[in-house]
Amino acid sequence: MTAAPRATELGLVGCHTCGLTCAIGQTRCPRCASHLHPRKPDSLARSWALLIAALVLYVPSNMLPVMYTSMLGRGEASTILHGVVEFWKAGSWDIALLIFIASVAVPSTKFLVLGMLLVSARRKSPWARPQRARLYRLVELIGYWSMLDVVVVALVCALVQFHLLGTAEPRAGIVFFGLVVVLTMFAAMSFDPRLIWDADDDA
Amino acid sequence: MTESGTAAAPPAPTAKRRRWSAGLIWLVPVVAALIGIGMVIQNWASEGPVIEMSFITAEGLEAGKTQVKYKDVVIGLVESIRLAGDNTHVIARVNLGKDASGFATADARFWVVRPRFGTSGVSGIGTLLSGAYIGADIGESHEVKKIFVGLERPPAVIHGSPGKRFTLVANDIGSLDVGSPVYYRRIQVGRLVSYELDKEGRQMHVDIFVDAPYDRFVNVSSRFWNASGVDLNLDAGGLKLNTQSLATVVAGGLAFATPPGPRDTTPASDGAQFQLFDDMQAAFAPPDGEPDYLQMRFEQSLRGLSVGSQVDFRGIVVGKVVSIRLDYDVDKHSFPLIVGVVIYPQRFGAAGEKIAQLAPRDGNDQNKRLAYLIEPMVARGLRAQARTGNLLTGQLYIALDFIPGAVKVAFDPATRPVELPTTPGSFDRLQEQLTGIVDKLDRIPLEAIGKHLDSTIARLDRTLRQVDEATLPQFNATLAGAQGTLGTAQQAIATDAPLQQNLAQTLAEMQRAARSLRALTDYLGVHPESLLRGKPVDPALREAPENDGKGNKP
Repeated sequence: MTAAPRATELGLVGCHTCGLTCAIGQTRCPRCASHLHPRKPDSLARSWALLIAALVLYVPSNMLPVMYTSMLGRGEASTILHGVVEFWKAGSWDIALLIFIASVAVPSTKFLVLGMLLVSARRKSPWARPQRARLYRLVELIGYWSMLDVVVVALVCALVQFHLLGTAEPRAGIVFFGLVVVLTMFAAMSFDPRLIWDADDDA
Repeated sequence: MTESGTAAAPPAPTAKRRRWSAGLIWLVPVVAALIGIGMVIQNWASEGPVIEMSFITAEGLEAGKTQVKYKDVVIGLVESIRLAGDNTHVIARVNLGKDASGFATADARFWVVRPRFGTSGVSGIGTLLSGAYIGADIGESHEVKKIFVGLERPPAVIHGSPGKRFTLVANDIGSLDVGSPVYYRRIQVGRLVSYELDKEGRQMHVDIFVDAPYDRFVNVSSRFWNASGVDLNLDAGGLKLNTQSLATVVAGGLAFATPPGPRDTTPASDGAQFQLFDDMQAAFAPPDGEPDYLQMRFEQSLRGLSVGSQVDFRGIVVGKVVSIRLDYDVDKHSFPLIVGVVIYPQRFGAAGEKIAQLAPRDGNDQNKRLAYLIEPMVARGLRAQARTGNLLTGQLYIALDFIPGAVKVAFDPATRPVELPTTPGSFDRLQEQLTGIVDKLDRIPLEAIGKHLDSTIARLDRTLRQVDEATLPQFNATLAGAQGTLGTAQQAIATDAPLQQNLAQTLAEMQRAARSLRALTDYLGVHPESLLRGKPVDPALREAPENDGKGNKP
């Protein structure tokens, strides 16, 4: 529909690293010597693999306790959802909401959005392309904010070390949670947004 | 456009490498899945049995937080707490660890560790801050059990502690309680584990545990006694205060020892049974054997005699009072007191044995034998007396003694229980004598004496009034007269009184007369002849003899 020509049509390929426009026959970028691909190699497969791995790890990250806090000798290990419920019950619904959004809503949204992008890119669906592209940028943007939980646990455990009065220790769950975040970020990176538009070729 | 899309073939040489890396990337979810499955397996493998235990209250317990500990090692976690169906207790559901499956056996015990402040000490202080936890004790059984009844207080002995368990039979528990210490030579060597009444409710069975190095001191001859409180002794040696430790004064305790003398010192076996005596003296006393029951009838008041008072035979305590009842004698219209006593024949020592041999061995009727033995003694004056044991407190004891000159009484050997005749005690006799004195005092006619005295006093009063009215004025007049007389006398003897002057004149006259007489005698001494011849005329003395002659003539 749009008349704008594609890079392949013009016999050009963009370098992923430095952005130099090269002739399509070259294997390496003449400026930075990185490999040249018209599209990210195996983008969909990589994204899928990383996304599935993240999804698998998301289960233990929510099941296992993320932090063990001990106040005046009585300790308690809490999972993410447990913490949300505790804060909610204690009346701090704002903090509860924040933790819920950062730890549950965002990762879940990422899974859904990436899954949807991957499926639609595989099908080369022409549906709502500009919106999908915007959605992808959004996912990339909010990706690292999911590390909020990991940062909080790291901070609390580093600061709250009062021996008998109170201590906080990280638990296995937070490692899995961190892995989930990292894997979803990689999955998002592996996805080539240009695939959203490639369907035009078939259309 | 469609044509140019198919023209993207040139970068074909890189296909090989792409496939390799494409295969590699799928390792990531595989590894993730493996980790996930590993976690599940590990979780499943570490999952121990789930057991339920009931407690009276869930105080201090929290679902998901309260831990189950054995020797301070966490072996499980309380998963949930709920009320039992009938609301009488709570049921805690506990997730035991895999390696703690040995605790889900029939004889494992669970209890809540809370801070406890008791007379026997303080425990569970650590839980003040950390909150309560459930203590566990493993058993030996291998029988799997899932539902437990939690103990309400920590067990005194944890399974596997070296030592021995013994059972003591006692009449009552005294101030003892679970956890009360057991002492041997004033060292704490064990503690009371549990106690229970026997089925008839007559005796306490007290379980104690003696710790390992000391359990060998418990031998078959050991005697156990209740060492609670203070043992105060006042005897010829002075005042003695005996306690095991200050703690036993407050909380009570047990002690054991082997009585002195040659004894069988074979260590007692685990679970051996002993008798628990009230005090050390009772414990060391020779065994009493079966008691005999006697009854006595006292006519006087027995204030000061109580159940448990001693029965004494020539200074040896041979029994004790077990009952004091009031009776009514229809014939005499009196209220006799029936005192029941038990006598321990073994306390008579050799005497008891010798006497026992005299009794016929025919029947099992203990009373008959007793009556047979006592009858001749009563004939010889055996009587029971309530005597004062302590003058300060007025406590009485029953003394059995042969009273010389006791009033003969009829002894009925057929009476059941055997009744021993009594005689009033020394104190009673004193009382009688006092009563006699008081009677005599009573017989003095105090009233008549009083009346007489009264009339006498009235008469005296009348007399006095008479004296006052009649005699005194006369007396006054007499006195006035006397005073006048005295005044006159005084006037008479005054220096200027005529009497005095006359007297002085008379005296002077007499003096002169005496002088003339002396002159005469002197003259006569010189001229004795003048008596016959008269005085020679002497012109010098002519005047003088005229005077003398006048004076001497009369």
